[in-house]
Amino acid sequence: MASNASPASLPRPRVPWAVVGVTPFMAFAVLFLILPTLFLVVGAFQDNEGGFTLSNLGKLWTPTILSSYWISIKVSVASAVIGAAIGAFIAYAAVSGGLPRWIRPTIMTFSGVASQFAGVPLAFAFLATLGRQGLVTIFLSSVFGLNIYAQGFNLLSFWGLTLTYLYFQIPLMVLIVTPAIEGLKKEWREAATILGASTWQYWRHIAGPVLLPSFLGAALLLFANAFGAIATAYALTGSSLNIVTILLYAQIRGDVLHDQNLGYAIAFGMIVITGLSNLCYILLRVRSERWLK
Amino acid sequence: MKTDRLGHWLAILIGTLYFLVPLAATFEFSLRKLRGVYSFEAYRVVLADPQFQSSFTFSVGLAVVTIVFGMAIIVPMAYFVELRLRKLRPFVEFVTLLPLVVPAIVIVFGYLRLYNSSSLLPLTNSSLGTNFLLTCGYVTLALPYMYRSIETGLRSIDVRTLTEAAESLGASSGTIIWRIILPNIRSAMLSGAFLTFAIVIGEFTFASLLNRPAFGPYLQLIGANRAYEPAALAVMAFMITWACMGIIQVISRNAAAARP
Amino acid sequence: MSFIEISHLKKSFGPNTVVHDFNLSIEKGEFISFLGPSGCGKTTILRMIAGFETASSGSIRVGGAEMTHLPPAKRNVGMVFQAYALFPNLTVAGNIGFGLKIAGKDRSEIDARVAEMLELIKLPDLGDRYPYQLSGGQQQRVALARALAIKPQVLLLDEPLSALDAKIRVSLREEIRALQRELGITTVFVTHDQEEALSISDRIVVMNEGRADQVGTPSEIYNNPATRFVASFVGTLNLFEARVVDPATGRVSIDGQPVVTARDISTYGIADEATVALRPEALTLGGGEGDRNTLTGTVEEVAFLGAVIRVRVRLREARVSLDIFNDPALDLPKIGAAATVSFKKDDLLIIDRH
Repeated sequence: MASNASPASLPRPRVPWAVVGVTPFMAFAVLFLILPTLFLVVGAFQDNEGGFTLSNLGKLWTPTILSSYWISIKVSVASAVIGAAIGAFIAYAAVSGGLPRWIRPTIMTFSGVASQFAGVPLAFAFLATLGRQGLVTIFLSSVFGLNIYAQGFNLLSFWGLTLTYLYFQIPLMVLIVTPAIEGLKKEWREAATILGASTWQYWRHIAGPVLLPSFLGAALLLFANAFGAIATAYALTGSSLNIVTILLYAQIRGDVLHDQNLGYAIAFGMIVITGLSNLCYILLRVRSERWLK
Repeated sequence: MKTDRLGHWLAILIGTLYFLVPLAATFEFSLRKLRGVYSFEAYRVVLADPQFQSSFTFSVGLAVVTIVFGMAIIVPMAYFVELRLRKLRPFVEFVTLLPLVVPAIVIVFGYLRLYNSSSLLPLTNSSLGTNFLLTCGYVTLALPYMYRSIETGLRSIDVRTLTEAAESLGASSGTIIWRIILPNIRSAMLSGAFLTFAIVIGEFTFASLLNRPAFGPYLQLIGANRAYEPAALAVMAFMITWACMGIIQVISRNAAAARP
Repeated sequence: MSFIEISHLKKSFGPNTVVHDFNLSIEKGEFISFLGPSGCGKTTILRMIAGFETASSGSIRVGGAEMTHLPPAKRNVGMVFQAYALFPNLTVAGNIGFGLKIAGKDRSEIDARVAEMLELIKLPDLGDRYPYQLSGGQQQRVALARALAIKPQVLLLDEPLSALDAKIRVSLREEIRALQRELGITTVFVTHDQEEALSISDRIVVMNEGRADQVGTPSEIYNNPATRFVASFVGTLNLFEARVVDPATGRVSIDGQPVVTARDISTYGIADEATVALRPEALTLGGGEGDRNTLTGTVEEVAFLGAVIRVRVRLREARVSLDIFNDPALDLPKIGAAATVSFKKDDLLIIDRH
């Protein structure tokens, strides 16, 4: 800028608009996202007087708390692995051709809806479907004479919760993994074929390894998604299923452990688990983006 | 080739069934309130419940405030980061992904400890303060989605050139954002807004632990005490989600069609 | 019998026929180019040789064996794609050795062959790199090595140079040709770039709307284009509708000016119309010594193209472009000045007599 072009004009104080525009967000992020998280993380390593201690983390090693983590991990792993497998297959079927054109956009729209349909209403929907009075339960017993509850099924259990979570996990997987599957180039298959590879060999040596990082990354995201969820489980099972989010909920409500710093330790443990799986997700995504460029 | 296609159809069929059967079952269940006949009695009861009306209104209002507040802090930030403060981007990426890493229940736990009645900033002392805290919680929940859609919108237009062109014509920063940038990312903002609405409207964890009379805790309460009304509520909640996602589809399709 | 025999090959997609009754014999070790605009059917024929498309009718035989309905994996042909198509999850060595690994060869044999191929493409130290770490030209050389590693009986190149920068395009083109000569491998090369086809091929097939308009050596194609399409697609050309004056002596008139062709026009009648063509580089400004033909007109435009200068001269109705070599000592023709253009009788081409 030619600032000396007109010596008569007074230099106006420049308002740093960029700083003004960014500040509210930064303040918000610090106050309502970073500080609360840090507070818990720090609290997990403090005793009641504020001194450093590892005893809170040590107290996590009780049967109740460990088993609640364990059930949460089991439900999250099961719903992530099954959801990822089915979701990837549906995405592949929708993308790879051979089906009518309208299938793909329809699947994407429905996945968008279903992946957001979680929380309390989802629990209601599954109670109405697979609860003792649910439509599918009654249908199976009246048409096939199969009483699934007599067979040991219970919606308010590990498998019941996993089945329910799959309702949003599968479509979420479809949404995440579709771009990766679309990134598979037709020429790779042709090049492999002309070098003598069978379809199986193409998948074993090329397509499988190329998709693996995306697939694993997406599965990790599904895992974190299920691990932090509470509303569906709470509405479905009350507090009868001892998953870690429900334990923490009860702890916050103040009706179980009566130990504030132990609550911080539980929260810290959850952050560690979801943080690790997200970190792996990001690393895997970087790798697959490099390949699929 | 033929068997290949059969497998694809099978996958789609299973997916469709998994999607549709619970909806059909829920709908069927919601009609069973009167013994022996299908009726909309459960819906009538729910809609007539004053608690339903008040909690739903409360949540809708909260969703609107969340969207406005969220956009007000995210849009200027995303614009200036894209335009001038590129070195802040890694930090912004980290912050906007944080809500996917830290579960909602952990964040609200932090709020309760940090802003309780005996803290420096006792937001939970008044219902206005608690509502504000709840709004902030919802903004963090929606942050990854809002930021992502706004950032995509900003990237699809050439922010730098548009800004420089406007500056060369003498426009101020405020004018540029309001008159040039916002109209160009309107569809991205609308998408983010409706997604936020879908997330916030039935949210349970924050509202319940902050003790606000929102729609999510109401749903949970009904679920614990009634038989058929929850199914009716689930159907309504699903239609709201469906409407939001449908509107997003329409918006993004129109935006794509409008692009040269 | 030739090494590759393509006879009565036809391909239709629904109601669209993209290849009509295509016949071609390719000798062993020959480098053949399919040249034509996009959509002319050249890639479809290549893909039928590879086995990615099945012929609607007709047959393809290689080395005497019927290949028409063989799956691609069984054909033992190598192919290089326009977009490289290297496997992103495998190293350069892994890519080159892929075909051998699939064939169940020994580790040591694969390693030896890979090293040999890396040497051949002059990238001996890059075996451990991944494709995304290579430049476009390097990637395409690896793709070439991958195709050649399995010792295919035919090498197919599907526009392998068109994704590359102009300079690399030329150097890689020369490398491909040198490699092909060295290995003596029968090669089919598809391109839409006439310069590429002319410089690299033993013979060129010029394709137009699913048919071969002309098959011939580069010089035949360039100097004696069989059809108007070939003439206009290969090189720059001045085309005129001339009137035949005397079929027996080869006299015709271009835009009212009498000229003579050395070509045979005895099948034409007096006053028939004939399409004639003149290459810009066959014309010179001025002159007319001996039995050279001349055309007169005025200079309309002078364009400086570097090594050559292209001059456009307006006759009466028609225009003619000619190239003269750039020479600092040269007086550039002035626009508006009168000009005489001369050429040999041999250079007046007659085309499009059906």
